[in-house]
Amino acid sequence: MDTGFGLGHGSRGPSAVRLVWVYPDLLSTYGDRGNLLVLARRTRLRGIPVEIAEVNSDQQIPADGDIYLLGGGEDLPQILAARRLRASGGLSTAVGRGAVVLAVCAGYQIVGTEFGGAEGEPVPGLGLLDIRSGRGDRRGVGEITADVDPALGVPRLTGFENHQGMTWRGPEVKPLATVLTGVGNGDGTEGAYSGRVVGTYLHGPALVRNPGLADLLLSWVAGTLPPIDPRQEELVLSLRHERLAAQGATA
Amino acid sequence: MSTNSPPSRRPGLPLRARLATTVGGAAGRASRLAGRGDGSVIGGVVGLRLKPDLLSLLARGRQIVLVTGTNGKTTTTRLITAAVGTLGQQIASNAFGANMEAGLVAALARAPEATLAVLEVDEKYMPAMLQATGARVVTLLNLSRDQMDRAAEIWLLARRWRAALAAADCRVIANADDPLVAWAAGQARKVTWVAAGQRWHDDSWCCPNCGSHLRRDGEDWHCGECPNRRPPVSWVLAGDEVIDPTGRARPLDLSLPGRANRSNAVVALAVADVFGVGVTQALTAIGQVRSVAGRYTHVERRGCDLRLLLAKNPAGWLEALDVLVPAPVPVTLAVNAQVPDGRDTSWLWDVDYRRLRGRPVFVTGERQADLAVRLEADEVAFRVVGNIDEAVDLARSPAMEVIANYTAFQQIRALLGRTA
Repeated sequence: MDTGFGLGHGSRGPSAVRLVWVYPDLLSTYGDRGNLLVLARRTRLRGIPVEIAEVNSDQQIPADGDIYLLGGGEDLPQILAARRLRASGGLSTAVGRGAVVLAVCAGYQIVGTEFGGAEGEPVPGLGLLDIRSGRGDRRGVGEITADVDPALGVPRLTGFENHQGMTWRGPEVKPLATVLTGVGNGDGTEGAYSGRVVGTYLHGPALVRNPGLADLLLSWVAGTLPPIDPRQEELVLSLRHERLAAQGATA
Repeated sequence: MSTNSPPSRRPGLPLRARLATTVGGAAGRASRLAGRGDGSVIGGVVGLRLKPDLLSLLARGRQIVLVTGTNGKTTTTRLITAAVGTLGQQIASNAFGANMEAGLVAALARAPEATLAVLEVDEKYMPAMLQATGARVVTLLNLSRDQMDRAAEIWLLARRWRAALAAADCRVIANADDPLVAWAAGQARKVTWVAAGQRWHDDSWCCPNCGSHLRRDGEDWHCGECPNRRPPVSWVLAGDEVIDPTGRARPLDLSLPGRANRSNAVVALAVADVFGVGVTQALTAIGQVRSVAGRYTHVERRGCDLRLLLAKNPAGWLEALDVLVPAPVPVTLAVNAQVPDGRDTSWLWDVDYRRLRGRPVFVTGERQADLAVRLEADEVAFRVVGNIDEAVDLARSPAMEVIANYTAFQQIRALLGRTA
């Protein structure tokens, strides 16, 4: 099956933002589709067309996407996904030419150099981020809030985490945020980024309550973004405030 | 049923176990009198504290059917009870969904004379409950993502089921159309395979045995890389009909709506068959079940006929959306995120709400803000309301469908009175 964006078939609009959901058959545990839907909506609300490719693990990853999304997964699917992504090479090629990656939870670990398998054995990742992940002593399950690196200009993160991972960064990689409540990487930081590759332990639909993070990713592709009609933001902002307030935090 | 008949009449129950069931029963009655639920769990908890192996003792000498899976446990338990009940014997059952150890203890203690028991079991506890009860039949319905913040991941669950069933001497009735279930039952000694269908595919794109992408052709599936494939089936759900192992087709004439319940009914027929209940006899009994613990109940409210549907996870929502009567009948959706619902609302993004476009939709529940954002993303128009009554008043419709997750459902039933 052709999973590319129709290169050579004339169907690709040059100005469209091309979203690639990587391996929803392996890496879609709990609401991961939300990130795809949020990015698509926020792009369209700005009058920019969107093209979407959902690429299963028996298909080739197109190298010509703009934003690649990796979701969560159990141990075995995570290991299989890492193995196939390494063999396929499409994602690494895309990152090499400047594509954006948002990787959550198991996906976050996969984009690193190494993560812990089902019995804690080291499994090689894609090496798109210089991070290593292993298994912590207990599961981090619950709401998480974290302050994003000021250099990124993104408001406070709010989300849900459900993982037993711990993640260590190499010297070139910055933490995405500083944890206020929750576990994150296990050292008081949450997530990581380097260049245009972003990883986070906020699982599932991480962008739903964090439209600022969604817009950061989009701006890396489409440049300065026009504002969205405030009426189209009301519901998201009130959800965001409600969840932050429930954690005793403010936006 | 018999809180009056002394538990001491059950042969072989040691003194401490008798004491434990008596004290537990008293606690359950006290809890019911205090208006705190149906009392089925507290009694079991008290009993187990006095006698930790109480479940094994209560199960001894009885023929036990365990029913597990992500969705349909309570309904299928009810359908099996109805079908096997035609034999005229008393049946112990946790009919109200108390499906962990204390609930099973309470169900057995409440019916000390019953030689048959049909018990629904939480997915996570099935292996332990199978070992404790020495069940004769284990019924596996389906496995899909559910309450990820507190439940085990489903591949892990399937692995535990597989090990437990390989080691047990029981008959397994398993849904061959769910690859995770089929794999979990794959090493059991005696399996009756049922083609019960699978509406939700998003947790079984890959082979549970080797991880390769599964190839599907209609209901048939096989792995492209390893020998894992759909086993040959003896019972089949085919549209509105059931085909029994002799190849005879009969219409499934059910009072309960939807494909999911036809699936539950076929599984129940296969279980009833183990106990010698014929299809015709079982079908008559199953067809008379109209609502199960409030699910599918119709309630009249301010001149509006409300139908209550429970949906607890993405696969359940998919099935609930399937049974909705068509537009323009309005729909109210209610979502909470208390502990029994799962504290994490991420699953909302696994449900495709687009088919609610073009009809009146009302949104309520403690996590209405999450639901509102979800519906907006699917371009479904809706209004947020404080409760069901407000939806009824705004809708001005003779009928309305209500879909709610667990605690939201219970709150609606409480508001409507226990008629629901």
